[in-house]
Amino acid sequence: MDINTPNGFRLDNSGRRVVVDPVTRIEGHLRVEVNVDANNVIRNAVSTGTMWRGIELILKGRDPRDAWAFTQRICGVCTGTHALTSVRAVENALGITIPENANTIRNIMQLALYVHDHIVHFYHLHALDWVDVVSALSADPKATSALAQSISDWPLSSPGYFRDLQGRLKRFVESGQLGPFRNAYWGHPAYKLPPEANLMAVAHYLEALDFQKEIVKIHTVYGGKNPHPNWLVGGVPCAINIDGAGATGAVNIERLNLVSGIIDRAVTFTEQVYLPDLKAIASFYKDWLYGGGLSGRSVLAYGDIPEHANDYSPASLLLPQGAIINGNLAEVQPIDLKDPAQIQEFVTHSWYKYPDEAHGLHPFDGITEPNYALGRNTKGSRTDIHEIDEGAKYSWLKAPRWRGHAMEVGPLARWVVGYAQNKPQFREPVEKLLHDLNVPVGALFSTLGRTAARGLECQWAAHELRRFQDKLLASIKAGDLATAYTEKWTPDTWPAKEVRGVGFTEAPRGALGHWVSIQGGKIDNYQCVVPTTWNGSPRDPAGNIGAFEAALLDTPMADPAQPLEIIRTLHSFDPCLACSTHVMSPDGQDMATVTVR
Amino acid sequence: MAQATETFYEVIRRQGITRRSFTRFCSLTAASLGLAPAAAPRIAHALETKPRLPIIWMHGLECTCCSESFIRSAHPLAKDVVLSMISLDYDDTLMAAAGHQAEAILDDIRTKYKGGYVLAVEGNPPLNEDGMYCIDGGKPFVEKLKAMAADSLAVVAWGSCASWGCVQAAKPNPTQAVPIDRVIRDKPVIKVPGCPPIAEVMTGVISYITTFGRLPELDRQGRPKMFYSQRIHDKCYRRASFDAGQFVEEWDDEGARKGYCLYKMGCRGPTTYNACSTVRWNDGVSFPIQSGHGCIGCSEQGFWDNGPFYDRLSNVRQFGIEANADRVGGVVAGVVAAGVVAHAAVTAVTRLTKKR
Repeated sequence: MDINTPNGFRLDNSGRRVVVDPVTRIEGHLRVEVNVDANNVIRNAVSTGTMWRGIELILKGRDPRDAWAFTQRICGVCTGTHALTSVRAVENALGITIPENANTIRNIMQLALYVHDHIVHFYHLHALDWVDVVSALSADPKATSALAQSISDWPLSSPGYFRDLQGRLKRFVESGQLGPFRNAYWGHPAYKLPPEANLMAVAHYLEALDFQKEIVKIHTVYGGKNPHPNWLVGGVPCAINIDGAGATGAVNIERLNLVSGIIDRAVTFTEQVYLPDLKAIASFYKDWLYGGGLSGRSVLAYGDIPEHANDYSPASLLLPQGAIINGNLAEVQPIDLKDPAQIQEFVTHSWYKYPDEAHGLHPFDGITEPNYALGRNTKGSRTDIHEIDEGAKYSWLKAPRWRGHAMEVGPLARWVVGYAQNKPQFREPVEKLLHDLNVPVGALFSTLGRTAARGLECQWAAHELRRFQDKLLASIKAGDLATAYTEKWTPDTWPAKEVRGVGFTEAPRGALGHWVSIQGGKIDNYQCVVPTTWNGSPRDPAGNIGAFEAALLDTPMADPAQPLEIIRTLHSFDPCLACSTHVMSPDGQDMATVTVR
Repeated sequence: MAQATETFYEVIRRQGITRRSFTRFCSLTAASLGLAPAAAPRIAHALETKPRLPIIWMHGLECTCCSESFIRSAHPLAKDVVLSMISLDYDDTLMAAAGHQAEAILDDIRTKYKGGYVLAVEGNPPLNEDGMYCIDGGKPFVEKLKAMAADSLAVVAWGSCASWGCVQAAKPNPTQAVPIDRVIRDKPVIKVPGCPPIAEVMTGVISYITTFGRLPELDRQGRPKMFYSQRIHDKCYRRASFDAGQFVEEWDDEGARKGYCLYKMGCRGPTTYNACSTVRWNDGVSFPIQSGHGCIGCSEQGFWDNGPFYDRLSNVRQFGIEANADRVGGVVAGVVAAGVVAHAAVTAVTRLTKKR
């Protein structure tokens, strides 16, 4: 059956159905089904979020100062970003301000997350979609060394280095125990890299695995641990003491030096390993520009990294804010997270129930009533789904829309918005990359473009890390040691009536918002709308498809039994399913309504 | 001697690591496992000779913080664990294969290594809605979990989700998420709690098994004694402040800057069994208390419902620190609340005196 969606895509589910479940190398649980035509081109795509935890409901009635810890456990991959969003939401609701140093340290932690998350995503969650590990075995180490040295000054590039690594890899493969590399798609025709590029990438996969654990030490210094560092409503928990007795119990010169050293290494690794690899790999995939989906049409960014404490206006935010619809880059529209007409969530195709499912609800007015039911055309049973029926409800994700539009969020969305706003810090690196690869600007709107935007953002974040660390040093030098304000710490200082607040960040994966209402010192309602809910959303009542589904369409598959092209495009979004799921009934199968004024 | 299966030792030698460094690595490993120095040669021998143990790492309802923590391991490095100590044949987060190709691995391991693989579980199964709050391969995750547990040698419960239930099991536990030992009854379950557990604790547990060829000694709750038999408070570097009655009274106050005890800010160190104050986090860089925030007790059963986190522990019954240690500080177990009030008074007097 042919359908033309209002957001401009053609769906045809008449061809052979291909199921990928579980989708691996992501956070959480995701299932994808596609229909391919006689030429194995994807003509219909169905994205199903297959997990649900109910953390927002668990938050009801709790102390809002604790909410960061609960929401942080929504995701351990983008660890910290939910906590930051949460403390911002609670501070917004209660009118709490934070010191400049706290804002700076929070930015440092958020930027460190970008650098960590983007590197781990590129090398450990995504690279194997482009890099054939087995092909690396036939590489010439000398030629690999020449390749590596031609694109970067990174010192680990001698023929001996690559020979040793290849030897280790050979023994590993010969052991017959392939571990995480077993049963994969090696030799698949969609892999385009020569053996030497594959060997270089495998070497950097392992180096990045070693290096990522260093980046997070920035969180450990300021937040005590990683994953899941500690945060604080009203500031940050780490105190600063550079002279006095007990300075070793606080942020002191040794701690600051530790962070500075890591930042230097992060800049070097990003510029000498990540970006050269990205360009080298991309140069072999310039002809594989599938996966654009919504990116060339509708993108959304909330913005993040406030230059000034307590100022979340677009002028203060270093990452851009705004919405682009219908591909009109000439107009970046302003957004307002509190406007009930802008962000709304729909459930016609989600396993939830609204009294009137034709309309969406703003997060402040959200209703969440679980309704796990499969459509008539489902193949299989209630607890053994073979093929899902996307004509009915088919996902644990709701469908968020901005003024009715399905939107893509994430690094590419941010960079497209920044590019459209003519901000040189976004425009220039994009233009340079396009020039270096000799591709037109349209190439940006693709799976590869998404992956490239993440790399450019990593470089930007590494340099901003340096700048904010220097800012912290300058502030301390000027005598400002404050890291927390406590006048409104205790609940007796809070308003007695109900207050509402919104906190937002740009998670590595995209725009993230938390909406909280507080009454009598307790959380009355809490709602999160997260990046993967936007990107992985099911269809809405009008029939608009979400970013995952849109991106998969029209992609040719070499062999539908080996779904490499599907996971390549899905991974370019860096899906996070634990993030994307919503509130549920307290007593399981009995439906309960969680209504908010 | 040429071997089809390379050992850990061979690998690190080929990487240019000297015999001497290797020996030192073994001593460090022995120390971090809480073993006598005499154990180091045994560790060395095992790493030189043993083939790799198959591990199936499954994810239920969770946030992947355990996997993220695991790859932070500094000794041993995560890459060396994965390439040389174990055979990580299935892991949703890292594996190259997806869909049918991934599912096929599970069948293969069950057949080929029946009773010979370790099942590592991150997250937990929800029981409501017939288990369909966590769907994997179109079916309830709980079914896959039970099936893979049935043929395993032993089961490792990574983190507080698998061990206790953790955040999704906090009241009202909407999905009826349960610790894995509620559905796995006939296998030893090693609980490695924490949200997440410390990286070197995770790789320590794995390398203990691969090194000694047996499971670590567990306490009554199923936790490895080597990492979970002491409270954070017992080994906290701020313990001296507690004993001296020096407390942080308010965030970013003089006490906070001096690194005083966080007990009055809600620190759960006195009731939390974990290795944070000894092993510390991220290659020993810090731990929550060192960076100014109290312990939230993330390795304890039901810690989410023992809040609010900033309420001090005097509200919690059975405050259990050793009587001897307490007497040093003038606090008598059982009358802790009174003791702390007394301490607070002493602290206030001290501070006033100092100001003058």
